[in-house]
Amino acid sequence: MNKQIAQLALLGLALIGALIVGTTYWQTWAAAGLADRQDNAIKLVAQFSIKRGLIRAADGEILATNRKKKTKSGQTVYFRRYPKAGLFANLVGYSTLSRSRTGLEASENDYLTGSNTNLKTILDKTLTQLRGATIKGNDLWLTVRPRAQRVAMAQLAGKCGAAVALDPRTGAVLAMASQPTFNPNLVESNFGAIARAGAPCQPASRLLNRATAGLFVPGSSFKVVTSTAALDSGRYTINSSFVDKGYCIEYGRKVNNFADQGRVESFGPVNFLQALEHSINAVFCEIGKTIGAQSILNASKRFGFYKDPPLETPSNERAPSGLYDHGRLFDPRHAETQVDPGRLAFGQERMLTTPLQMAMVAAGVANSGVVMRPYVVQRVTAPGGGTVTRTKPHKYKRAMKTTTAAALNQMMQAVVTGGTGTAAQIPGIKVAGKTGTAETGGRLNTTWFVAFAPADAPRVAVAVVLQDQTGAGGTTAAPIAKAIMESLLTGRSGP
Amino acid sequence: MSLRNRELANLIVVGMLTAIGFASVYIARQAVVSTGSLAYAGFFFALYLAAHLVSRLTVPNADPYLLPMAALLTAVGLTEIYRLDPTDAFRQGLWIVVAVGALAATLFLLHRDYRRLESYKYLFGLAAIGLLVLPALPVFGQSINGARLWIHFGSLQFQPGEIAKVLLIVFLAGYLREKREVLAQGRLKDFGPLLVIWGGAMLVLVETNDLGSALLYFGIFLAMLYVATGRLAYVLIGGVLFVGGAAGAYKLIGHVRTRVEIWIDPWPHIHTSGYQITQSLYSISNGGFGGAGLGKGTFTTTNGATLIPSANTDFIYSAIAQELGLVGAAALLLVFMLFIARGMKVAMLADDGFSKLLAAGLTFSFALQTFIIVGGILRMIPLTGVTLPFVSYGGSSVVANFVLLAGLLLISNRSNAPAR
Repeated sequence: MNKQIAQLALLGLALIGALIVGTTYWQTWAAAGLADRQDNAIKLVAQFSIKRGLIRAADGEILATNRKKKTKSGQTVYFRRYPKAGLFANLVGYSTLSRSRTGLEASENDYLTGSNTNLKTILDKTLTQLRGATIKGNDLWLTVRPRAQRVAMAQLAGKCGAAVALDPRTGAVLAMASQPTFNPNLVESNFGAIARAGAPCQPASRLLNRATAGLFVPGSSFKVVTSTAALDSGRYTINSSFVDKGYCIEYGRKVNNFADQGRVESFGPVNFLQALEHSINAVFCEIGKTIGAQSILNASKRFGFYKDPPLETPSNERAPSGLYDHGRLFDPRHAETQVDPGRLAFGQERMLTTPLQMAMVAAGVANSGVVMRPYVVQRVTAPGGGTVTRTKPHKYKRAMKTTTAAALNQMMQAVVTGGTGTAAQIPGIKVAGKTGTAETGGRLNTTWFVAFAPADAPRVAVAVVLQDQTGAGGTTAAPIAKAIMESLLTGRSGP
Repeated sequence: MSLRNRELANLIVVGMLTAIGFASVYIARQAVVSTGSLAYAGFFFALYLAAHLVSRLTVPNADPYLLPMAALLTAVGLTEIYRLDPTDAFRQGLWIVVAVGALAATLFLLHRDYRRLESYKYLFGLAAIGLLVLPALPVFGQSINGARLWIHFGSLQFQPGEIAKVLLIVFLAGYLREKREVLAQGRLKDFGPLLVIWGGAMLVLVETNDLGSALLYFGIFLAMLYVATGRLAYVLIGGVLFVGGAAGAYKLIGHVRTRVEIWIDPWPHIHTSGYQITQSLYSISNGGFGGAGLGKGTFTTTNGATLIPSANTDFIYSAIAQELGLVGAAALLLVFMLFIARGMKVAMLADDGFSKLLAAGLTFSFALQTFIIVGGILRMIPLTGVTLPFVSYGGSSVVANFVLLAGLLLISNRSNAPAR
């Protein structure tokens, strides 16, 4: 029987040997895949036993911090607390147990939990782990200026809309406001209260960062892009002359000037500067027909249209601007037959843009034609001090020739000095801007103001959008843009 | 060094390891556990010293590694159970006292000549069947997690299948020793007993809803049948019969079907039937190579809710794998392998058929049971609830395994004895 017993012994040993192989599989090969799964409760607990890094504004003001809690099983966990409540909610986002993470809390999670691959972080973390102490994440220092953010949020309060302010020289985000906002401290404890709260528009979409993911009809604010295409083409200069008949013929039908201009229906003989100053649709319609839809779309792509605008927030919280067809981004293969060039030229015709993208348009003009890559995280610091990484400004795209930028700068100044955007004037500071008033069906408009200042040496570029307005861009959005720029340039907190 | 001194030396090493284990748990979890944890190590060592003294008195020539290995497995189990729930560890400690008592009783009763058990083989067979049927009786029976494996007297729960397993092996050793020559001829009519046992295993399956127990009993039977007859045909035919029966069970029994479905892909069922296995896999994978460290694993959510149900019984391996990592889990499995190797060596050295069959059967049952539970946890086979020998929390399991250990000690004592 010993032969059989020996064989049985081998079988028994092989069975246990197989278990060692199986254990090895789950603890090595499969481990990384399982660790990444959303429903892995152990990893979730591990994330919450890390003391996440703080999120601070440019001046050091704390936007996200931690609340310590002991669990029944004796573990120490940290829950997030947002001292500024709704003020930075859409940008900073939230980190919760029950509803995961959004905003910078999601996209910068590796830094905030100290699980990035930076050598210093890894060393710190390993030492902490060996000592058995709590792991601390890295702190984020943002570029946003709390004072400007407060002005922006206060100006937008009670409305649905968004505002973005960039430093055109660097791409740094100085303010990023979205209304209606929400209190991120309620996400874990009382999410229902956020969902139930009333709003001036439907759907309220409080969790949507309108500044980066809200898509709005740009209306006449898009004329800045059209003008870029026209001037860059070499066919037009600032002095090119037109005759405004008050309408433009497209496909055999009249396209009338919009009541945006207010005073008169037709301006008669005008030059290019005056056409932008008074936002004359008929002229832009003619320009569009002349240079064609494709060249306008190409100009828009040089600003970054058709791509998620760059920023550190999660990519699903940023939307690309461009033509949209049935809810999907539409990049026409035969623009000349598929797109109406006249309407596109004044920002209708299925064109949708985000406030961030329009701020990039203003910033591109302001920065002599070069769009800088937008960023909001200035630097990341280790818990014990010391910089982990620092953001350096990068050129994103050249949107137009330098001469075109100079001409547009002059044209946009005219808008503020004597055109549709006079409400944006700041005493002592030259402001350049462009209004937009887009009919969105019914009697309500989406209104815009894109601007930069000081026009001769720009330090701020802004885009403001408002939903469901009865007024025009020049009366509704321009004062808000003015207040934000004023706060950033003079330190005064608006009117 | 004499055999018993070697056993003592090994036990001292185990005692030190146990002290280190409890100390690590204490250091990691000072906030929630008391210094009493360190007393466990001392108590545990004293208990095994008592077992050692009994072995000195009754089985002086027995294999000196079996008891220390069993002690090590029990110590790892008790440490982990303590880490998961100190109250359970206290109860487990009491059960180990009972089990060492059972070991001592078995050794004292049978150390002169255990082979007289052979005369009572049918009694053992009947007792085994009786115990297996118990959970089906409405008065005692209790269904836990869809499997009827338990009986209860008042608040006391007991899994009679664990004891039945040992009794069944004694019966099979006696029966096969007697019939092996006849069976070895492999005539058609000799397949009768095979069919009867197969029918029995299928009945167990239907009655308990538990594929694991059926596989365990039938596997032990086939292994012992093969050792007795050396005919592979029995094993092959038996295997085919079992697979057929299991396929039938899959068709007819919803509980078995669920188990197979979550074996093939548990992830879609993560919030329902696949919850336990997926949480267990997360636990194992979280251990990684070096483990989280004793007392530092994660077994509860931030609200304190338990992540893996029955982590200290059927799923103790997932808990150990998380805290000790691949290094610790593989070491634990290597101890199982050493135990199997020693047990099979005992079988080979025994000089009579009954002893050989008994030792091989007991050892193989130990190996197969380990494979069924850990293989189930690792998703190598469908998951079924059996305990991990010596390691899992559970009174019946600990007592049964110490009786199994007593059996191996008795057999090796006899074959190692100087010529009489």
